[in-house]
Amino acid sequence: MTKRVGIIGLGHGVFGRRSDATVQELAFEAFAAALEDAGIERKELDASVIGSVPEYHKQRSLAGVVQEYLGLVPKPTWLTEVACASGSAAIRTAWMSIKAGVHDIVAVIGCQKMTELSTPEILALMGRVGEVQWESVFGTTFPAYYALFAQRHIHEFGTTREQMFQVAIKNHFYGAKNPNALFRKEITMDKAKASAQVASPLQVYDCCANADGAACIILACEDRAREISQKTVWLDGMGCATASMSVLKRPGLTSLPSAEAAAAQAYRMAGVTADDIKVADVHDCFTIAEIMAYEDLGFCKKGEGGRFIAERKTYIGGKVAVNVDGGLKAKGHPIGATGVSMTYEIAKQLRGEAGERQVPNADIGLTHNVGGIGQYCFVQVLRRD
Amino acid sequence: MFKWFGKVNYSPYTKVSDFARYLKDGHLMGSKCKKCGSISFPPRADCDKCMSGDFEFFEMSGKAWLNSFTKVEAAPTGFEDAAPYIVGVVDMEEGGRALAWFGESIKEEEIEIGMELQVVPQVFEETEDIKVYYSLEKSGTSWVKV
Repeated sequence: MTKRVGIIGLGHGVFGRRSDATVQELAFEAFAAALEDAGIERKELDASVIGSVPEYHKQRSLAGVVQEYLGLVPKPTWLTEVACASGSAAIRTAWMSIKAGVHDIVAVIGCQKMTELSTPEILALMGRVGEVQWESVFGTTFPAYYALFAQRHIHEFGTTREQMFQVAIKNHFYGAKNPNALFRKEITMDKAKASAQVASPLQVYDCCANADGAACIILACEDRAREISQKTVWLDGMGCATASMSVLKRPGLTSLPSAEAAAAQAYRMAGVTADDIKVADVHDCFTIAEIMAYEDLGFCKKGEGGRFIAERKTYIGGKVAVNVDGGLKAKGHPIGATGVSMTYEIAKQLRGEAGERQVPNADIGLTHNVGGIGQYCFVQVLRRD
Repeated sequence: MFKWFGKVNYSPYTKVSDFARYLKDGHLMGSKCKKCGSISFPPRADCDKCMSGDFEFFEMSGKAWLNSFTKVEAAPTGFEDAAPYIVGVVDMEEGGRALAWFGESIKEEEIEIGMELQVVPQVFEETEDIKVYYSLEKSGTSWVKV
């Protein structure tokens, strides 16, 4: 069994309303960039894994059309789906295949086209990641679930609306510096407060944006990674856990039990603690989700997430730099691509290639990718040599 | 007859379909495992604790306390005409939780986490088909036959 699995190639397309391309064309952009970055050719790949949520596409069984367009037929491919964490599930299954010794080099592609659907259609589709028998019948939406979490967080811990918007302000601040981001401009507190209501207390500026996009990473077993790359980033901690589909079955509404469990697994496997993490990409589908992530990952104590952002602890130069690529909020959230995009970003940081968003001395990083309303969570700890 | 349940129903066939028939007659039912006695709300056919598939319905008191709530302004397909609506999650007296709309007996400004509420069976009056649901009402509100 290979000791470690390394990331040897990184590729990322521009996120946004990509009316210029099909989903396989988006996948191609990221894939070609990752191959070039790794300095290998297609024939060296053993397989690909595609992370995507199929309901958004007219094409059924997406892995096949992507595999063909990338020119990877007849190599193996498969699709992973766990809602907004589909990309991290793809990475996990590729990592498992390499750990098992079945494959040596695997391309992981997260890709999604969302903007061909209308907003009400997307709200209906996303709302049904809540439990449909007892919850969706009351018109629950994805923002509504996180609004329930937010309202409870305010009640239990005194978290404020300003603290939530400070998450959005930070993520737009960094998103403005990311050429791959959907929103490349900063926002102000006044503008955030004036934004339209979505599901109280959440407003438009609490919510990430639907987007189209793709990202690709290439994984290799330790021996091949050392032969091919001088700048391998290692997937040293891989956590994965679930929580109940129904919000009615959760122990509480202020944290995601799946995130707490996945983080504990990843820290243990990598032999690190939360204090060792210098840079992280967390799943800020809503501002409250980032605050909950600080707490679930142990960056701060339970209930102190609001103060943590208010004190700018998650800016570069703070305790741990979080979402300095803009996060889902400013970078955009093409759901199947997001997990791969997170790993791409942290690997770039650990390679020291993040430009004006570079976190000094970034040696250990983390990703936290949530599916649905926390039904699924994947946490990765990444380390450079 | 579970297709009766909800403004839009996504799961018409279930082993607990009698829930909707009871609801139409004003009874809010939970499920009780005949083997180990474990209770569930919402009801489920297969016991969460002992995995027995042998269950019976029992009537809930409907008494509940508000855990959290949100006013939905941006509604999904099928609910546009109902928006805005306020959704609450309540902790039920016998255990379990319900998610439901606030009814007309409570004003928006009266809503606060921790308040006592009554989960009340309801029938949509404006539709030709039978459509039932339950709502969150002022404590002490009782079911009224339409």
